[in-house]
Amino acid sequence: MIIKIENLSYVYSPNTPFEIKALDNVSLTINEGEFIGLIGHTGSGKSTLVQHLNGLIKPTSGRVVVDGIDTSGDRADLLKVRQKVGLVFQYPEHQLFEETVYKDIAFGPKNLGLKEEEINLRVKKAMEAVGLDYDKLKDRSPFELSGGQKRRVAIAGVLAMNPKVLILDEPTAGLDPRGRDEILTGLKRLYDEENITIILVSHSMEEVARFVNRIIVMHKGKIAMDGSTKEVFKEQQKLEELGLGIPQITQFMRKYRIKGNDVDDTVITVEEAKRELINYLRRKEND
Amino acid sequence: MSDEMIRIENVSYEYDSYGDNKALIAVDNVSMTVNKGEYLVILGHNGSGKSTLAKLINGLLIPTRGDVFVNGINTKDADRIWEIREIAGMVFQNPDNQLVATIVEEDVAFGPENLGVPPEEIRRRVDKALEIVEMTEYKKHAPHLLSGGQKQRVAIAGILAMKPECIILDEPTAMLDPIGRKEIMKTLRRLNDEEKKTIIHITHHMDEAVEADRIIVMEKGKIVMEGSPREIFSQVEKIKKLGLDVPQVTELAYELNKEGFNVPCNILTIEELVDAL
Amino acid sequence: MIRNITIGQFFPTNSVIHRLDPRIKIIITFMFIVSLFFITSFYPYLLILIFLILTIKLSKVPFIYVLKGLKPLLLIIIITFLINIFMTKGEVILSIGPLNIAREGIRQAVFMALRLIFLVMGTSLLTLTTSPISLTDGIEKLLSPLKKIGVPAHEIAMMMTIALRFIPTLLEETDKIMKAQMARGADFESGNIINRAKNLVPLLVPLFINAFRRADELAVAMEARCYRGGENRTRMRELKLGRNDIIAISFSIIFFVFIASTRYINIRGLI
Repeated sequence: MIIKIENLSYVYSPNTPFEIKALDNVSLTINEGEFIGLIGHTGSGKSTLVQHLNGLIKPTSGRVVVDGIDTSGDRADLLKVRQKVGLVFQYPEHQLFEETVYKDIAFGPKNLGLKEEEINLRVKKAMEAVGLDYDKLKDRSPFELSGGQKRRVAIAGVLAMNPKVLILDEPTAGLDPRGRDEILTGLKRLYDEENITIILVSHSMEEVARFVNRIIVMHKGKIAMDGSTKEVFKEQQKLEELGLGIPQITQFMRKYRIKGNDVDDTVITVEEAKRELINYLRRKEND
Repeated sequence: MSDEMIRIENVSYEYDSYGDNKALIAVDNVSMTVNKGEYLVILGHNGSGKSTLAKLINGLLIPTRGDVFVNGINTKDADRIWEIREIAGMVFQNPDNQLVATIVEEDVAFGPENLGVPPEEIRRRVDKALEIVEMTEYKKHAPHLLSGGQKQRVAIAGILAMKPECIILDEPTAMLDPIGRKEIMKTLRRLNDEEKKTIIHITHHMDEAVEADRIIVMEKGKIVMEGSPREIFSQVEKIKKLGLDVPQVTELAYELNKEGFNVPCNILTIEELVDAL
Repeated sequence: MIRNITIGQFFPTNSVIHRLDPRIKIIITFMFIVSLFFITSFYPYLLILIFLILTIKLSKVPFIYVLKGLKPLLLIIIITFLINIFMTKGEVILSIGPLNIAREGIRQAVFMALRLIFLVMGTSLLTLTTSPISLTDGIEKLLSPLKKIGVPAHEIAMMMTIALRFIPTLLEETDKIMKAQMARGADFESGNIINRAKNLVPLLVPLFINAFRRADELAVAMEARCYRGGENRTRMRELKLGRNDIIAISFSIIFFVFIASTRYINIRGLI
């Protein structure tokens, strides 16, 4: 277990007419090595939840413990928590500020008080992890890069903290399909190679289906569903009631099965569907 | 009056060079027409020149070479530029950065106020525009308290109040969540069907392009594909090479076809694929 | 949430005062402020207080909201009070160490403090009862005669509107950038003044860049919506003076002229 959330509630602007209960008695455990998809529509409490995980927001009640450290502790504790849990905000390229790509990515490690060689090493590794050419780009200004590149610089800035858990709030928002795939395959590679736990906040069911192994659905500040990707996508009706959906390919498989075809309708990616259908259609031809 | 809303003739646009970089050619010798009442989608990844093309259409940019005609008026005709912008309104990507006023209805009134429309007429137009985008109940709200989709609908209302014949939307859904995107798609459908507006919708979301009468795909400043959604999406390989997506069922149909099964490639919806199999 | 901060603390209800023409309210507030500086005795203050209480009652704004406006200025009011109480020379009635308090000092201190308190209450009453947008409309209209001598009335109003529109957006953005940098270990809270200022760089640079980007996009969007300055522009809402406006302004003129005249006429003598 790496993050434990116990009876967490959070209220914005308490005791004013604008009072909003953003989180309502949430309990949750996040284990090492998970790739979690956090879904739910705008205002469901996702963003508030992830900001609790590295102590940017303090609970109104309940507690969050990261690797044994309570996030409502003092500054020294907080720095430890923020090192363990990296958080990439939406449109992270809007937070770049340094003159060079190198300096911007080095900002986090510097705040941790690391030595120059260690910083150098980390910047290099972080840039590699997001697929940026270190030698070519390190001295460039981040502001003259393309949109997708800027975003990867920003993600590298968080990766350079060497977090155990990486949280990304809609990392592909506003990108075109190519930029989106670059970011997502980069994350997948990171997950496969680096023993890192990833929480991906996303609006795209197709995206979630392709990469994560556990889905947490939030609705009105509560956890509405929590389970393996396939389990959650089995509950089409419940998801639709929450204003969400299932991948188009899963919808198709379900419709196809209802028409009397004996196929596995729990598939959630195009590759799976292709394999399943090829087998099925071949069987049918042979009969 | 002809049926042509927009006519683009051999248009190129180059951005000024910075430092020792060469001038960047954003649009490269493009010719096309858009008919009145048409719903056109322009697809392309970031940097393909599609946004530049949009800005050329309503005279925010003037072509380096070639001519753009809006309802027969050349955008180079500086005296008639405001007329062009009244005919061809434009909605941008970031809903926050195009709303001017602190109250929804005041913002919608901004365009007609600039045109010098009399007050009672502005009031009528504002009410009508808010009704069309279904934002009447929010007319006294402050824009910063609205959702992304709502803000973008206010932006559309702001253009509608100028009574344009044609609305150009430059990635209007790129910054919205799925609910906001649905709201905008519904609004665009309505503008085209009921209000008979010519729509030029620039996007990289394929599911939005399915709605179009015609799709134009851009790459490196040139038009590389053109046709109905069905014609475009059946060329899965080519679309993917251009860094774009096709709907999942279309991709599946294509993959099955490649494996030798008798499935047509031009599938667009779930129902079509179910029937085809 | 940070986005709920309302600038100018407008309190939306529908009262007689809210419905008054913004131009009238601005002029009355102006007269109110000027008259405060004419006051030399306590009796006019009593009248001013009655005037304020009646206006607040009519405006349906809870009294506490008007007082809230004083909070940020409390320190200044206290300092003014203390300076006056200790610095005014006269008949000493109390000594604390080297400090002397004179009878005149007490009088002067209470006098200045009251002037400040009334000043703040009067102006917050204006912003509480007038929405930012009608306030800008009012200012634009009041300044427009000055266009002839080169005062850019329309531009000033437009800038105010845009500022009001974007302040909540920028506040939200500040909050977000701050959190993002804190997630990378940035520290905005500790250290001495120089360090703190230095630590603000990661916040201020992106904030400025984003503000310029926004300004650029907004300019293009405004141009696309045919904005070309104040020339030949019409307004959806036109300001029209009503019966209440005439009553309010007439009463105010008489009232404030009377208040100001107390400086020259000895009312106490009259009573």
